[in-house]
Amino acid sequence: MSDPAINAQAAPLTFRFDWIETLKHAVLIVGALIVLLPFYVMLSYSLKSQAEIEGRLPTGFFGAQQMTVDERCVARGAPDRDAIAAAATRFPGASEREIANALAREVEASCMARPVVYNYTTAFTEAPLLRYLLNGIIVTASIFLIQVLVALPCAYALAKLRFWGREAVFGLVLFCLLIPVHAIALPLYVGLSKFGLTNTYAALVVPWTISVFGIFLMRQFFMTVPDDLIDAARMDGMSEYAIVWKVMLPTAIPALMAFGIFSVVAHWNDYFWPRIVITGDRSLFTPPLGIREFRSDLDGSLYGPMMATACVIVTPLIVAFLVAQRRFIEGITLSGMK
Amino acid sequence: MHELNLQGLTKRFGETEVLKGIDLGIRPGEFLTLVGPSGCGKSTLLRIIAGLEIPDTGRIHLDGRDVTDLRAAERDLAMVFQSYALYPHLTVAENMLTPLKLRNLGWTGRLPVLGPILSRGERAALMARVRDVAEVLKITPLLGRKPGQLSGGQRQRVALGRAMVREPAAFLMDEPLSNLDAALRVHMRAELSGLHRQLGRTFIYVTHDQAEALTMSDRMAVMMGGEILQLDTPATIYDDPNDLRVAQFVGSPAINLLPGEVDDQGRVSYCGVPLERRLSGAAQGPVSIGLRPEHLHLATPEQADALNGRVTFAENLGADTYLHVALGDGAHPVQLRVDSHIAAGLAPGAEIHVRHGRGAALIFDGAGKRLRFAETTTPAAQRPEMV
Repeated sequence: MSDPAINAQAAPLTFRFDWIETLKHAVLIVGALIVLLPFYVMLSYSLKSQAEIEGRLPTGFFGAQQMTVDERCVARGAPDRDAIAAAATRFPGASEREIANALAREVEASCMARPVVYNYTTAFTEAPLLRYLLNGIIVTASIFLIQVLVALPCAYALAKLRFWGREAVFGLVLFCLLIPVHAIALPLYVGLSKFGLTNTYAALVVPWTISVFGIFLMRQFFMTVPDDLIDAARMDGMSEYAIVWKVMLPTAIPALMAFGIFSVVAHWNDYFWPRIVITGDRSLFTPPLGIREFRSDLDGSLYGPMMATACVIVTPLIVAFLVAQRRFIEGITLSGMK
Repeated sequence: MHELNLQGLTKRFGETEVLKGIDLGIRPGEFLTLVGPSGCGKSTLLRIIAGLEIPDTGRIHLDGRDVTDLRAAERDLAMVFQSYALYPHLTVAENMLTPLKLRNLGWTGRLPVLGPILSRGERAALMARVRDVAEVLKITPLLGRKPGQLSGGQRQRVALGRAMVREPAAFLMDEPLSNLDAALRVHMRAELSGLHRQLGRTFIYVTHDQAEALTMSDRMAVMMGGEILQLDTPATIYDDPNDLRVAQFVGSPAINLLPGEVDDQGRVSYCGVPLERRLSGAAQGPVSIGLRPEHLHLATPEQADALNGRVTFAENLGADTYLHVALGDGAHPVQLRVDSHIAAGLAPGAEIHVRHGRGAALIFDGAGKRLRFAETTTPAAQRPEMV
């Protein structure tokens, strides 16, 4: 180590300031900040009390976590005449006013909570958040399942079967990729309401069951499956449907994962469509609709519980991303390359 | 034993006429090779026999039954593909079991979860068959592996095994050895021949490698441009080709071609050397003389029919050496096979003399048709059977 020659050789490896690298990192860091800032606010608000949020008190990321009183809880628990009369035995000799004050203090004490606890308990109790999460799972899972049921045979036919007009059909698929959902939302809504399907799971699921993106993605993947494999399956006695499910599906798992990621993320996060077709029935709300629960009441929005709801909604996707990070990136590059 | 008959098969892909009327009778239990350069239609013909392509016209009969309109699955034929086409997500045993399951189990037995329980006995019997075949092919230790974990040669065996478990009427093989390395390919040739003898089934084998066709087949059909040019035993195809293209395609190194002349008497001469035998009823004019490398010999200048030439390259293959020789003015390169001990003294540039073996010349007319000599004695009879 003491040899100066070795030190001189090692020197370039240790550290050298590089403007280009620095600039790259600076740009990426700024980009990351821009993306992460809303998440920071969301998480921070979900931990703070209403006063801290509205007063912009300088209490840091976690807030002061002082015990605060839930005004709604107090209002709900305000003692009425019957309660005072019933409590008269507990306060012998006290006047009615004294009893009322004592009861009000009791209610206030029971309504004290740390902001973080209050926010998250409110999110789960005031709004049926678990129900929303369950709805989210039901809707995204059924959409993905039916999309696969439709897209795989279609993609197989477009990639591997020879029939008259195949190229035209594929052209239509590509054309449909260009149509934005919002452009056809109104006709779709009218159609669904004519069938009496608004405010049902069907309204949330049916419009998405045929995914041209899925057909396109799987078709591109199936093009890479060797024809010999399909011919071998035919010689073995498989029907065309059996080939789709027993040969193509297992070989297409990576592409299917990629498509699944896109489909689940898109429909879990979708706010637009559920907002349109689910108008009344809260038991059909999907997670993003849950955020509306704490919005614009007469006494103002409850940002704490609202942000807590938002945190709960994004958590499943973030956890899924962390678990399947590599698949995620593979999937996005796969679909990007095709 | 099963007999296949093809009648008047034609097929076109768009503008291209791939098959131009193929008539072919395949004898029960024979090893028939379809051989030809790429694009000659041999693979298409095999796929039509398999039922993977539909011919435009023509019929296919299997044991007298018309199977032209039957799906591939209903024809009782098994196919081995060049790429092996094993199911990548299934183990070797499951790969071999698949055709059996699809054929021998009812729909209840193939149900996803209940099936294996409902058809326990049948499945055990099928698995026993898979094990028997694996034993024959010596792949028993591989049964639990996935195709991705196997070498090319092992995959080849599994693909064969998948075809064999079904005991089909005929085996169709589409260049099954072309993805193997050279040494393994030679080894598998012998093994496939052995397997053919052992099974006694019909093998229809497609290859572009004339050496494979010569070594393995009972009969070989040389195809070119969508037609069968000649269908015969390998020995006859080699010694007695009836078309210039067949003569050129079969044999390695390729046959030597020299320009020749036919006079009004039917006498043939090339490079000033007359042949002894005469053609019967051939028109006067230019012809091509085909001489295989082993039918040219070194000669001394005194011999009357000797041609002088210069060695351009000596290809030493161990026992034999192929001498590349520029004859006469250098316009006509030929190759001749010489014992390596004799060739040792002949460096490139050496002046030598060459003469052809008696009765060995093959004459082709301007259109490539074979012209026969008046007295038809083919040297095929004297040749030992090719192995």
